[in-house]
Amino acid sequence: MSEVSKRAVKKKNKKIMYFDYTLLFLIIFLVGFGLVVVYSTSSYSAQLNPKIADAAYYLKKQAFAAALGFFGMFVVSKIDYHVWRRFAGLAYIIAFGLCVFVIFFGDSANGSSRWIRLGPLSFQPSEFAKLAMIIFLATVISRMPKQMAEFSTLVKVMLLIIPIVAPVAYTNLSTAIIIIGIAVAMAFVASPKYSHFIVAGLIIVAFGVIFIFAAAYRMGRIEIWLHPETDPMGKGMQTLQGLYAIGSGGLFGKGLGESMQKLGYVPEAQNDMVFSIICEELGLFGAICVILLFILMLWRFMVIANNAKDLYGTLIVVGIMAHIAIQVVLNIAVVTNTIPNTGITLPFISYGGTSVSFLLTEMGLALNVSRSIKVG
Amino acid sequence: MWRSKTFNRKKIMIIFCVVLAAMGILIGRLVYLMIFCSEYYGIKATELHERERDIKAARGNIYDVNGVLLAGNKSVCTISVIHSQIENPEQVIQVLSRELELDEETVRKRVEKVSSIERVKTNVDKEVGDRIREYGLAGVKVDEDYKRYYPFHDLASKVIGFTGGDNQGIIGLEVKYDEYLQGINGKILTLTDAAGLEIENAGERRQEPVSGDDLYISMDYNIQEYATQLAEKVREEKQADSVSIIVMNPQDGSIYAMVNVPEFDLNEPFTLISELDTGEVRDSKETQNLLNQMWRNGCINDTYEPGSTFKTVTTAAALECGVVKTTDQFYCPGYIVVENRRIRCHKTTGHGAEDFTHGIMNSCNPVFIQVGMRIGAERFFDYFGQFGLLNKTGIDLPGEAATIMHKKENIGPVELATMSFGQSFQITPIQLATTVSSFVNGGTRVTPHFGLYSKNEEGEVTHTFTYESKEGIVSEENSETMRSLLKMVVSEGGGKKAAIEGYSIGGKTATSQTLPRSEHKYISSFIGFAPAEDPQVLALVIINHPQGVYYGGTIAAPVCRTLFENIFPYLGIEQTEEQNNGNCSQQAKQSTVMLAGKR
Repeated sequence: MSEVSKRAVKKKNKKIMYFDYTLLFLIIFLVGFGLVVVYSTSSYSAQLNPKIADAAYYLKKQAFAAALGFFGMFVVSKIDYHVWRRFAGLAYIIAFGLCVFVIFFGDSANGSSRWIRLGPLSFQPSEFAKLAMIIFLATVISRMPKQMAEFSTLVKVMLLIIPIVAPVAYTNLSTAIIIIGIAVAMAFVASPKYSHFIVAGLIIVAFGVIFIFAAAYRMGRIEIWLHPETDPMGKGMQTLQGLYAIGSGGLFGKGLGESMQKLGYVPEAQNDMVFSIICEELGLFGAICVILLFILMLWRFMVIANNAKDLYGTLIVVGIMAHIAIQVVLNIAVVTNTIPNTGITLPFISYGGTSVSFLLTEMGLALNVSRSIKVG
Repeated sequence: MWRSKTFNRKKIMIIFCVVLAAMGILIGRLVYLMIFCSEYYGIKATELHERERDIKAARGNIYDVNGVLLAGNKSVCTISVIHSQIENPEQVIQVLSRELELDEETVRKRVEKVSSIERVKTNVDKEVGDRIREYGLAGVKVDEDYKRYYPFHDLASKVIGFTGGDNQGIIGLEVKYDEYLQGINGKILTLTDAAGLEIENAGERRQEPVSGDDLYISMDYNIQEYATQLAEKVREEKQADSVSIIVMNPQDGSIYAMVNVPEFDLNEPFTLISELDTGEVRDSKETQNLLNQMWRNGCINDTYEPGSTFKTVTTAAALECGVVKTTDQFYCPGYIVVENRRIRCHKTTGHGAEDFTHGIMNSCNPVFIQVGMRIGAERFFDYFGQFGLLNKTGIDLPGEAATIMHKKENIGPVELATMSFGQSFQITPIQLATTVSSFVNGGTRVTPHFGLYSKNEEGEVTHTFTYESKEGIVSEENSETMRSLLKMVVSEGGGKKAAIEGYSIGGKTATSQTLPRSEHKYISSFIGFAPAEDPQVLALVIINHPQGVYYGGTIAAPVCRTLFENIFPYLGIEQTEEQNNGNCSQQAKQSTVMLAGKR
């Protein structure tokens, strides 16, 4: 460990500093854009809500979380990422503790308790769990790169994440799927084999199909997915309203702030369905721009991961890349009714304080890895 | 320290490419949704965002033949509440219940109902609406629209009819010509949020309403008004249950007047008239029955035994099949025995020896029973069909009653005997008037009607109503004989009291007993037409259940006489004496002379 820190110090002293400004710019732009969209989507209903009666209510909360996140990003980007190896085990335990704690003592919303309240602030442990999982797995896998070629190691890695995934799945199935996705991506990159993953993929698909067909209510979800018009006032409502928003956007949209669907038709438009309002206001053009921004960001992650100084750094950035990619793809797929409805937020843009704070902190980590890249 | 290997980079590249492919699919999906489905979803979304409020189309007016307004519109207000905009529900409930004279419970239900817009009351007077508007209550909407208004209140109430709250006709011409009168409602489309709240500055789309067409009918206000007065007068004098008068043109079937007293006020169609309102406590079903009774048009919706006026039909049938000539001799001993049943003549001492002309002048039952027997049941029934008695007349009013007639195979000698002088079956007054019209107009069965044409707002004729007519009901020759026979009835026979000096009038009286016979209730009637030689106007007067003297010739004929006296100059029917050069009157004279000579 000490050797590692010495090397880092040595490197800093060399003053050959790389820093991914492209990524930083993308982050700032996305967060800024996100704030505008959150204000646009939430101001009308916030103003009308007698408990809130403040058009900027959600904007203020989101801006506060973003400020906190930028501070975290700044700090983390200055701290050598190898430091976190020491805290990997601790992060794992804290994440486990919090995720179990929230089941019993959390604030509930929509039937499942996901928040821990700390005075005026509330905190979603599952967001922390994602970050903890990335650091923990990067640490573990980078210590045994050679064993990754064996299938048993893969199984071990998967078993390791179960204590975190299980309690998260209990309150928030979508986040559990994201965590599993991150773990699979990291293991995939670390392993030299392909066959294992093809086999594992087939097994997961098989289980997934059984999982869906085993429970009637999941079949009901599939039915709603295929024909949202059949239940326009109930389960198909959110999907259908989202489609109305997207469809009425057309090529260039109605203009920023001009959405009709955000006026209570799409429920809580600032949350999961925010992309549909982007489509309505900015049109296909705006929607593709947003997707391109995310692709650019993922490309930067790929560049950083490829050039990271060590496998540990590579794996951290691969984890972050998988995290962003999964959430963006799944969110847009849900909003466009390409896959059945499940609650996943759009990174940096959807309203959610914990999410934006931890995402920015995560970005700090990626930026710090970029600093370790040798130039020339 | 492990550095990442080439295979790591390759795998990262694979992940990136997979994500890129997924993004590509999603962009494809977005292109599909936002370009190819854009119109579909856009329309759906607009439908969702727009709340519509109807703008009532102005209903077309109804005018009489001279352009006198019989049914029009007057401005009224509709009061609605918008749940989400109400700020002070208690005040709203209080003000609305006071101003609209509704009980608080009713208003509270409307105000507290969670809906985008709730109608509280329609057809509110404009002054009340304006007053409510002045309160400036949040969430209360006052929309102006139209209410049907009938300037002559109870004039021809059962013919014109009235409309309901949704601008739909309920009875009478208002129903029959609903599609022309109604027009197309307009819409105000406003953008609202999901809670139904209107969005400020969003503007509104309007679809302007199209006013209904005006209807012009053959009714003549003056004749209708005068006939109503006469009917009222005789009803009062004779304390009759009801009096009906039909005045029509026998040549084309257009109806000048149709009176059914007691009439009701069309502006208050749900208020019972004093004749029906016994003041007792009723449930809603009983009230509805009484209202239906009040709205009935006796000339069309009810049937009765026509009695002696029906002898015209027997005569026409007998002439058509040639079983009788006007000079044929009969003998009336005061009764006639049919299958062991003694059927009396109204003159119990008997008319003695008489020819057929005097038989009809005297309205002698034994004569007609014998004529009926000569025709025979089967042929008689077939003539009913030929004359159109077995079908409805097709008048342009709703609810015309059908003829109630024996089955052909059930007509025995007794039935045949009673039928030949107008008993044991029932027809509507309009059926009788139409049938007699065809006998005296040269044999053309006309369709009785009111509707002439409709005009749009710009005054252009949009639709001219045409009616079927069927010629050859009776021959021209027999029609002429009918006219002269019926003229004799008025000039020298039982219809003498309908005669007006200087005019040539044809007619037939009737006195029929209603069922059950034991109640000794009668219907007195008279059907008359003029000029007898070329009928331009035909009137049927029916007095239901008169007290005291009940003979049609005594009480119904004078009503027709008074009516004719007053409307002849108005209709331009001149005295025959002064019209010696006139073509038709000359003809008439000849036929009278001829008949006199034969006698």
